[in-house]
Amino acid sequence: MQALRRLATASAIALVLYGVGLWLSDGLIEYAQRIVLLAGINVILAVGLNLINGTTGQFSIGHAGFMAVGAYGAAFFGVKLAPIFARVLGAGAVAEALTFNVALLIGAAFAGAAGLLVGAPSLRLRGDYLAVVTLGFGEIIRISFNNAQFLGAATGYFGDSPAGLPAYTSFFWVYGWAIAIVVLIRNLTFSQTGRSLAAIREDEIAAEAMATPTTRLKVLAFSLSAASAGIAGGLFAYMQSGIRPEDFRFDKSIDMVVMIIIGGLGSISGAIVGGVFVAVTLELMRDLQQYRLVLYALLLVGIMLVRPEGLLGNRELPDLVRGWLRKAKIAK
Amino acid sequence: MSTLLQQVLNGLSLGSIYALIALGYTMVYGILKLINFAHGEVFMIGAYAGYFGAIGLGVERYGAAGFPLYLALVVLVLAMAAAALLGVSIELLAYRPVRSAPRLTPLITAIGVSLFLQNAAMLVFSPNPRPYPPILREVRFELGGVIVTNVKLTIFVVALALMVGLNWFIQRTWTGKAMRAVSTNLDAARLMGIDTDRIIRVTFAVGSALAAAGGILFGLDQIMISPLMGVLTGLKAFVAAVLGGIGNVRGAVLGGLLIGLAEQLTAGYLSPDYRDAITFVILIIILILRPEGLLGVVRPEKV
Repeated sequence: MQALRRLATASAIALVLYGVGLWLSDGLIEYAQRIVLLAGINVILAVGLNLINGTTGQFSIGHAGFMAVGAYGAAFFGVKLAPIFARVLGAGAVAEALTFNVALLIGAAFAGAAGLLVGAPSLRLRGDYLAVVTLGFGEIIRISFNNAQFLGAATGYFGDSPAGLPAYTSFFWVYGWAIAIVVLIRNLTFSQTGRSLAAIREDEIAAEAMATPTTRLKVLAFSLSAASAGIAGGLFAYMQSGIRPEDFRFDKSIDMVVMIIIGGLGSISGAIVGGVFVAVTLELMRDLQQYRLVLYALLLVGIMLVRPEGLLGNRELPDLVRGWLRKAKIAK
Repeated sequence: MSTLLQQVLNGLSLGSIYALIALGYTMVYGILKLINFAHGEVFMIGAYAGYFGAIGLGVERYGAAGFPLYLALVVLVLAMAAAALLGVSIELLAYRPVRSAPRLTPLITAIGVSLFLQNAAMLVFSPNPRPYPPILREVRFELGGVIVTNVKLTIFVVALALMVGLNWFIQRTWTGKAMRAVSTNLDAARLMGIDTDRIIRVTFAVGSALAAAGGILFGLDQIMISPLMGVLTGLKAFVAAVLGGIGNVRGAVLGGLLIGLAEQLTAGYLSPDYRDAITFVILIIILILRPEGLLGVVRPEKV
């Protein structure tokens, strides 16, 4: 019965997404559509990063590197898989959808594996080492892609056809994946494992004394977080005709950190709000490009000094709204 | 053989610059347990302070005759003073208010300060690299098949002198003794009547001044400076501090020299493409095999 209900909910969501997607592609100019898609991708990035930075309290500032691994993985394997799927299933929407999603998963697997590789040695130690290691990793990955000839080196990867990568990314897939990842991470956060992650954030030594396998859980959270950045990278890749190493510079990692800090470290709904906020402000500030990072930096320091827990802290929006409603009732 | 000697010589001079910067990381970490991400930017601002100091003192007018040595020293002292002021202000404005907050807060603040300084520097100084003024006119001479320049020798000598001075300061003065006490146990030091705020201020001032000296030497060595020079160099210096054992002053010097050597030897014998990557390979290896660093002592975390 429950399985049936879940299936019904999922199909309803899919239907709504499909409808809204159709309506948007008719009603909005391309520029606005791009912002809507970027907002969805940002939500995936922010919620994923929040799992390690917010919930677990280990700080990564190189997530653009994992996004890059996912983007290149998905782009490369998508291009190679497309003819195979087209031959088996016949060219058409089904083959394309399958290619796209398999490619995304492959990209995510690579990103997750990279997370494991980076996280395993550094997460045995105190959290601040992770910041340094991820910072270094983000740069190394970018330099590697810059030198990888089979991925187009510095000019970027555009697939095998002169038209560039196919435009698989649509409203339906971006928000479908965003909802799936948000639900997955929400369920994880409020599970027993999630409680252990929060315990690590609050006091690692105490958590260890309570027999929490701290290193294993930290590495798990970090790999999951890297994998979701990989999905976001894949979606990002198929949004344009190609990807360049320049797309994944350090600024991108900082954008992600800003997203989760605005919303509040540890809050999933906060991360969603932050992701959308950054997508919109980035577009609004396009003319102020050179001031962007100065403003972001001031914002970071300012929030830390005035309200270090971010706008929402680690509370969730629905809980807050419920609280306000209750208060309003009492006041009456 | 002579190429090996040449690489070792270059590595040692580069490594002594890393060591100067690493000292700042290690001293601050020793006292506050904070990775001062903005330290690389203090190094960059120090290099720019030296640049403008030299221009202001009319380095161009001297032309072929060369900049007089006493003026070069004035430039060095001015840049060190400017950086010390910057370091102390960063501590006062950004770190002190969050000192008692959970660990993540000062870390994010430090990242924010670092970003701010980088991007403010790009706005103020322009993002383009600038050629460093000829504070020292290069003289080359050959010594047993190895080309030695007075610049490399100066770098080595200045860095060595500063490190000897620091060692004297930490081991022989009252303030240095207080610094060691605060680094061992901040609360106990306060109970003994040590003005911990003042000691933290002094630590930031000394570390930043050393970074500025490193910045000028870096400018002399690499000829170009840019607003983003502090990112990679700062990271390498931090790795040097971790390699030597973070919190350990002698370890930072050893780590800096080793990182400099590793970088030059990689560039010379493997490929120049890997010169930046080797630092991170070293970091990963050290984190796996000996996270407390070469000269560090294992201190179990206590509640």
